[in-house]
Amino acid sequence: MTSKTAELLRGAAELFPDEVVTQAHVRHLDLPGGAGRFALITLDNGLDHTKPTTIGPQSLANLDAALDQVEKEAVDGEIKGVGVTGKPFIFAVGADLKGVELLKRHEDAAAIGKGGHDVFVRLANLAVPTFAYYNGASMGGGVEIGLHCTYRTVSAALPAFSLPEVFLGLVPGWGGCALLPNLVGADRAVSVIIENSLNQNRQLKGKQVYELGIADALFEGADFLEESLRWTAAVLKGEIEVVRPEVDRGEAWDAAVQRGRQIADGKVHGAAPAAYRALDIIAAAKNGDLRQGFEAETQALADLIMSGELRAGLYAFDLVQRRAKRPAGAPSKDLARPVTKVGVVGAGLMASQLGLLFARRLEVPVVLTDIDQERVEAGVAYCHEEIDKLLLKGRVNQDKANRLKALVTGSLDKATAFADADFVIEAVFEEMGVKQKVFAEVEAVVPEHAILATNTSSLSVSEMASQLEHPERVVGFHFFNPVAILPLLEIVRGEKTDDAALATAFGVAKKLKKTAVLVKDAPAFVVNRVLTRFLGEVLRSIDEGTPVEVADRALAPLGLPMSPIQLLELVGPAVAHHVAGTLHGAFPERFGVSDNLGRVVEAGKRSLYLPGTTELDPEVAELFQVGDSVLTEEQVRERALGAIAEEIRLMLDDEVVAEAQDIDLCLITGAGWPFHLGGITPYLDREGVSERVTSRRFLAPGVATVPA
Amino acid sequence: MPRTARDVVFVDGVRTPFGKAGPKGIYHETRADDLVIKCIRELLRRNPDLPPERIDEVAVAATTQIGDQGLTLGRTAGILAGLPTTVPGFSIDRMCAGAMTAVTTTSGSIAFGAYDLVVAGGVEHMGRHPMGEGVDPNPRFVSEKLVDESAMFMGMTAENLHDRFPHLTKERADKFAVASQEKAAKAYANDRIQPDLVPISLRRTSPEGGETGWGLATADEPMRPGTTLENLAGLKTPFRAHGRVTPGNAAGLNDGATASLLAAEDVARELGLPVKMRLVSYAFAGVEPEVMGVGPIPATEKALAKAGLSIDEIGLFEINEAFAVQVLALLDHYGIADDDPRVNQYGGAIAFGHPLASSGVRLMNQLARQFEEQPHVRYGLTTMCVGFGMGGTVIWENPHWEGNK
Repeated sequence: MTSKTAELLRGAAELFPDEVVTQAHVRHLDLPGGAGRFALITLDNGLDHTKPTTIGPQSLANLDAALDQVEKEAVDGEIKGVGVTGKPFIFAVGADLKGVELLKRHEDAAAIGKGGHDVFVRLANLAVPTFAYYNGASMGGGVEIGLHCTYRTVSAALPAFSLPEVFLGLVPGWGGCALLPNLVGADRAVSVIIENSLNQNRQLKGKQVYELGIADALFEGADFLEESLRWTAAVLKGEIEVVRPEVDRGEAWDAAVQRGRQIADGKVHGAAPAAYRALDIIAAAKNGDLRQGFEAETQALADLIMSGELRAGLYAFDLVQRRAKRPAGAPSKDLARPVTKVGVVGAGLMASQLGLLFARRLEVPVVLTDIDQERVEAGVAYCHEEIDKLLLKGRVNQDKANRLKALVTGSLDKATAFADADFVIEAVFEEMGVKQKVFAEVEAVVPEHAILATNTSSLSVSEMASQLEHPERVVGFHFFNPVAILPLLEIVRGEKTDDAALATAFGVAKKLKKTAVLVKDAPAFVVNRVLTRFLGEVLRSIDEGTPVEVADRALAPLGLPMSPIQLLELVGPAVAHHVAGTLHGAFPERFGVSDNLGRVVEAGKRSLYLPGTTELDPEVAELFQVGDSVLTEEQVRERALGAIAEEIRLMLDDEVVAEAQDIDLCLITGAGWPFHLGGITPYLDREGVSERVTSRRFLAPGVATVPA
Repeated sequence: MPRTARDVVFVDGVRTPFGKAGPKGIYHETRADDLVIKCIRELLRRNPDLPPERIDEVAVAATTQIGDQGLTLGRTAGILAGLPTTVPGFSIDRMCAGAMTAVTTTSGSIAFGAYDLVVAGGVEHMGRHPMGEGVDPNPRFVSEKLVDESAMFMGMTAENLHDRFPHLTKERADKFAVASQEKAAKAYANDRIQPDLVPISLRRTSPEGGETGWGLATADEPMRPGTTLENLAGLKTPFRAHGRVTPGNAAGLNDGATASLLAAEDVARELGLPVKMRLVSYAFAGVEPEVMGVGPIPATEKALAKAGLSIDEIGLFEINEAFAVQVLALLDHYGIADDDPRVNQYGGAIAFGHPLASSGVRLMNQLARQFEEQPHVRYGLTTMCVGFGMGGTVIWENPHWEGNK
């Protein structure tokens, strides 16, 4: 280790005293077949596989010290090669993000980047060949350690391999951006670094790592290390020659970078810098100058670490990884009752989707009921068809398909069907009277302990329960469409809902693999309230005279998954108009009802735009009656963001959820709002909107932002 | 229906390097089942012409069948080794002769026509499963004096053997042990052992045993090349004060696994599999448990009789060296010299170690390699003593035999 690197890492380590330190054990062995002495470095944080090995400054210093040792042995001719592998099931999952959150200065961030490079490049510069054995989960810096080695093998049992930095708001900054395209070509590098990251952090499996050319050999999990070492012996003895395809440094490289930009534009719409910084480095790596690439990585890493987008990304990651698993305010799970049979009232599309989900995840009988046999049969048929599709795709085998199909049945006779149901959910027409009637009928036939859940999106759960004998067993269970894709489930506590009902609801949510957030029984709960308020402001601007296209572009700098008008189209103008009406009823001073939208609904239009375009439908234009107050994009944006900030403040003051974090978690998992906004409150804080509108921040300084 | 017994052949056999049991041993942090799984996988790799789905049985022996040696190891190891789920398996126990019994039992079934191809082997991780773990001997053994208490302790039975044959002295035992270490070292130098070893990855998290992290076992850990009579003379006699059995003239406590591939000869020929040995006969016999070390004598008598062979026709012997005195007892019975060159040419368990239920196949591996290099030999035998007073002997024919020239 050069004293400079040591000093760099010592300084970084001081800033991060709580690092979970990874050791780099050096052990010597004789390679099979008389191929000679070999030094194998094992990265191990001393904890079991549930605490994956990460890399912080002290860990880097440990690896550096291990490299000191093997470097000398290599020079002295004592060893023929050096390998790196991980503890059981884990290779290494990259930089310790807790340390990144603590960094306050650009130069400290740069030191992390440079420290990693300084240590890792030594793997490429030893006097003997180096081998990485990707034995288990490999991410970020873990992957990069291997990329610096001369050769790589990968286990067919490896479940997750990725360079997830862009997903969080960083670039692979310890060699990934420069090395990967030079190893496998720019197009495959773009797939791993950009495309996978921006697709919900998609992971590669061992076989794909091999097929992409990242690893030179693939071995089964049962004796992965033994076979890797045998292969190593054969390589060192010259019995195996590793041939990698030539990387295309021509137009293909530029085309790949271009493809990456399109992917980034499609996902973050230019609103978050990480993907573009990574692409710039990949583009520059075309000349094969690694040193230059590494310097660019360090620079980008430091810039991004000091960016609000990255801090929001880390905050968002923590929400979906941690907070989502321990919902704030959920009662003890010991209170939850077992659910061995589920009833679904309604057999329409939503009800059928719910029936299928319950059957698949809970694997208990699910009975769909409706008002006539035809509807019931259609609902059951939908579930059975979906199960057949799963069978065709190989997602379930025939036995499982048989089991699931047998679980989903239909009935017109609630009394018999629900007599032994523990959990009944209704998904009937969104009208209080109808729902109250349904619950009264259900209560008359279900067992004493049964939970009654409603999938209402905007009606009061308390009111729905008010006429029941046991209102304490009613709970709101609000899914988001498409149910199979959006993870959020708003669990609504009515005035009288008891802890047992709530605990059971959270237990069911967990089995459904949903992200459950506890919400007070307030109008439209969280996601629909925020979206409706925001959409309402955009529509108001249009009603007052701002051109649709201008208003619709106003939010583009946020990089939301869709523009306001696209959102309106997805929700459906009729539903949006209905929910706006409900909220207008509750909060007339803040939620308007757009007469123009009313006319669009009346005319039966599904969108404001011509199909597949962002061009106003002339028939819609015809319907519009607008004022003469024309706002700019900035003005619309300011108005919409201000409205969101105001609404969230009011929701927090009214204790609709426990904390701002829950609002963000809802928006990320229920509306797909991006990590770089941290949901929304980190963005409102860093843009000064919250201070301007509500005179205070949502989150403490340093939370989702660079600490002072 | 008319039935024709088929010839059974030993196609191939492999084993892990053997380790020393205990916290400093190489396999201290390695599961027992993983050892045998890796042997099965190695057999498949070495015999690419073998369609795995043609394997009719996986018989895996272990003496202590609990924990990672439990759960019907033959079946679970087969699944974990990646064999098709259609291949069945079972566990087997005859203590030290476990793997040998796995071989003979499945061979009998091959001859009978029930199987075409089998995997037979054994494992014993004596570090994770010390001898006697979880046993519950019936009190009648003692109350009715069915066996002497010493029968439960193998070292004591070896002392009893010295009592029975006073001319088999400690000096002779030590001399045999020194020779075993010398022969083993020579066999290693000549690369006779290593080709049948499966490298095993090793994890060590405690620095007590040496360097930490992942390593690789490619050689037997217990070997002590260069051992001299003087080294052995002063060793303690743990089983009896002023006794004769020492850690130097007995096998140690070891971890390891073996696996072999057996086939009906016609099936081996059909699939183009190698034929390393042809089974001639086998026999097991019981003796007084207090002197279990004489077990190989009646077992060998029986096996020879069944084969219609005399001891003079046996050109090579692989005798398990649980204790030197027990080998000497067999040799003495047949008037064979202690240092007869036909006996344990590559050394034995005193050098390599004796992970109880796995050892039978180690003997076979070594005999098979000796057959290959000595085509003038027609017959050889593998034999071992077994706890609670038993012996087992398997007689093999050398397929490379060149005939009487």
